[in-house]
Amino acid sequence: MTDTTLEITDVAYRWPGRAGFSLVIPRLSVAQGESVLLLGESGSGKTTLLSLICGTILPDRGRVCISGTDITTVSGGARDKIRAEQIGVIFQQFNLLPFGSVMDNILLPLRFAPTRRKRVSDAQAEASQLCYALGLPAGVTDAKTTALSVGQQQRVAVARALIGQPPLIIADEPTSALDANSQTAFLDVLFAQIATHNTSLLMVSHDPRLGARFDRIIRMEDIAQIKRAVA
Amino acid sequence: MILRLAIASLFARALTVGMTILAIALSVALFLGVEKIRTGAKSSFSDTISGTDLIVGARSGSVQLLLYSVFRIGNATNNLTWKSYQDIAARSDVDWIVPISLGDSHRQFRVMGTTQAFFEHYKYRQGRSLAVSDGALLDDLFDTVIGADVAATLGYSVGDPIIVAHGLASFSEHKDQPFRVSGILEKTGTPVDRTVIVSLKAIEAIHVDWQSGAKTPGKSTPAQVIREMQLTPKAITAAFVGVKSPLQTFALQRAINEYGQEPLLAILPGVALQELWGIVGIAETALLAVSAMVVVTALIGMMATIFSSLNERRREMAIFRAMGARPFTILSMLVLEAMMTAALGALLGLALLYIGLVIAQPILDSAFGLWLPIGAPTLREVWVILGVICAGAIVSLVPAVRAYRMSVADGMMVKT
Repeated sequence: MTDTTLEITDVAYRWPGRAGFSLVIPRLSVAQGESVLLLGESGSGKTTLLSLICGTILPDRGRVCISGTDITTVSGGARDKIRAEQIGVIFQQFNLLPFGSVMDNILLPLRFAPTRRKRVSDAQAEASQLCYALGLPAGVTDAKTTALSVGQQQRVAVARALIGQPPLIIADEPTSALDANSQTAFLDVLFAQIATHNTSLLMVSHDPRLGARFDRIIRMEDIAQIKRAVA
Repeated sequence: MILRLAIASLFARALTVGMTILAIALSVALFLGVEKIRTGAKSSFSDTISGTDLIVGARSGSVQLLLYSVFRIGNATNNLTWKSYQDIAARSDVDWIVPISLGDSHRQFRVMGTTQAFFEHYKYRQGRSLAVSDGALLDDLFDTVIGADVAATLGYSVGDPIIVAHGLASFSEHKDQPFRVSGILEKTGTPVDRTVIVSLKAIEAIHVDWQSGAKTPGKSTPAQVIREMQLTPKAITAAFVGVKSPLQTFALQRAINEYGQEPLLAILPGVALQELWGIVGIAETALLAVSAMVVVTALIGMMATIFSSLNERRREMAIFRAMGARPFTILSMLVLEAMMTAALGALLGLALLYIGLVIAQPILDSAFGLWLPIGAPTLREVWVILGVICAGAIVSLVPAVRAYRMSVADGMMVKT
């Protein structure tokens, strides 16, 4: 086992159909249990970076290691499996399947990640426990997700990301749809949970005010360059 | 869990999915209904005559002989002499023989002269015998037994007089010898329903004063005299024959076909029916093809619905991808959804078919003599339903492959 949950080395990704522009990231790493805030303006390549980490796109060169496995060298199916097992993803908004219950949504990643499922003996109890810890009202697990407020939906998304204790949580501006009070409350419960489970967190945001809670703040422009590749 | 979510996803789009299911259900009900009517018509058709081993007539085509002797369609080109009839009847392998004589009519219905043996040996629908619903069978020379449709259409009841016309659609009537309705037959769903049955002797009796198809002017033999006469026919139209042992059927058929005195034709009713059905069958196949196209149309409708739902479901697919679902899982889910929609549609279609059958069965039986049995789904129907589900899966592959491509391209990041 390595202590580095995420390690990106010398990665270059050329956007398809964008006249040879490419994103180059010489190095980025997140240690186990470390929380990192990645600040970047829109168009700085944040989303592309997250897609590279999650393995839904492949770099043209370089290594992307998740818990010591280089995901660029394995098959697409294996990358999907690694994502399911190792990474909990929280989107900006619309995290949840509207037709499923809260319980369905929280348990969804376990369906694709047998190891994570094995880690929880009673998945339903674990889901209820996480909801309770995240300050969601009792009995919320049976509710339709459409009945929840945006703040509550984001907390359900955290519960879903945390269930089965994946080593890395990727959050893409999870607070931007929330008002200031909700943001604080959301970050409180998020940080409490990642501390409890010693989970690494890589959060992307354009808001530097969030920085105080994180172990480390990095700026997109410091770690990555957008280059016009020489043909 | 995926199955449950797929069902939940279908429920979330209940209206459009419901419409798709309804379209598939109606098309499947139509297809199975056509299929039912087709097989029902075919068995009604082959149920017209049963228990008869051979039909004998003057030499013509086998379908033609079947048509005029059993279905009363068209006319005999030639007759069968009474001598030939007697020769056949006298053969040791002949168990029974029923002569029939056609040519006259009453209103729009054909008159058939025959003997008491007709009521004993004519069988329909797997061996059912004719029975009178009212009155009695032929007793007097001028008695007539009429089919159910004749009675219903012309409003006859037992005891009513009937005047037989010479030939078909003719204005010269056998007014001198009026008949009396002695009995009305039960509905059979066969051409017997549309037949006026008299005795063979009666056919001779009404033609006593006729020669070469025209009434001899001024001659009118009183009924009393006719009753005294030896009314042996010179010729008949055809004869139904039963053999003692089925093994003798072919030998008898050959013997009749090679009969020296007169060119005769003996046919096996089943074989001739098959031949006739082969001709009628083209229309049936066309009907089936049209209803199959309706099913295809409904499935294409489903494909269009899935296509139009893809854009609004991009987010949903991205969530699945973020959770670690492979693009193939997304494809499978869409196909699964389509299969469930098609299955629900097909089953609902089957239910509609049964409801339709329960309602239509008595109506079809009384109006057309078409009996559609209601039973468990046949193997063929099960195959049709499975076929619809498979076709649904295949059709849905087109949008599913598109969803696969979209989910590969979008990954988990969708700008919404």
